[in-house]
Amino acid sequence: MNAQQLNQLIQGTILLEGNVSTRYTKAFASDLMSDVLRFQMEQTVLVTGLCTIQVLRTAEMSNITCIIFARGKRVTPDMLALAEEHHITLIESALTLFEISGRLYQGGLEPVYR
Amino acid sequence: MKFCYEIKGGDFSAGGSASSQVKKTLKQFNIAPQVLRRIAVALYEAEMNVVAHAWRGSMCVDINIDHLNVVIEDEGPGIEDIERAMEEGFSTATEEVRQMGFGAGMGLPNIRKNSDEMKLTSTPGIGTRLALTIRF
Repeated sequence: MNAQQLNQLIQGTILLEGNVSTRYTKAFASDLMSDVLRFQMEQTVLVTGLCTIQVLRTAEMSNITCIIFARGKRVTPDMLALAEEHHITLIESALTLFEISGRLYQGGLEPVYR
Repeated sequence: MKFCYEIKGGDFSAGGSASSQVKKTLKQFNIAPQVLRRIAVALYEAEMNVVAHAWRGSMCVDINIDHLNVVIEDEGPGIEDIERAMEEGFSTATEEVRQMGFGAGMGLPNIRKNSDEMKLTSTPGIGTRLALTIRF
């Protein structure tokens, strides 16, 4: 699934389209960046309610190229700049982390481990 | 090839910029993406430890043909009990650090997981030194 298809499932807004060729197969939902850093994250969408510059840094380090911000959290200009530099797609959604996760799961995305 | 970066304690907005620079440099070499991620994650966790706990520090990276040596040193409160600090879930992080999505006591165990060799030494009241080796 590409970023456009992901966005349709969660009725979000794409703020920035980073790496358009990426096909996402997995999703990981967490507000704890320490946990994000523990797993293999290639082809994985990060869904989070945490909205800080360190979410972008965590994505950059873990090779994550798409982040969905839940619960109507607004991305700041410094976050946007860092995402641009590292070609990371940013999506904002008013839905809760739970509902976004549910829709993505139903849409066919897998967890990072079982 | 050797270079060093300064790390400022308490500066959460700049936290990660040293690790970012190293990742950018290493991208020029023919290193597998998974290895690059292991390196970046280990360095970022170590850098965030300095930002979260110390007053100031440095990250020195030595790139060799088949491995990377990194030394992260800081001036800070140090670690009283290293064995305990290495336990998953143990943390002395402040509320501010936790609000940034860190301080869950996963950092040091994750650094150990992502590196091939890890040596952590500390003098309470003086500072901490972390030496890592990661093979390509």
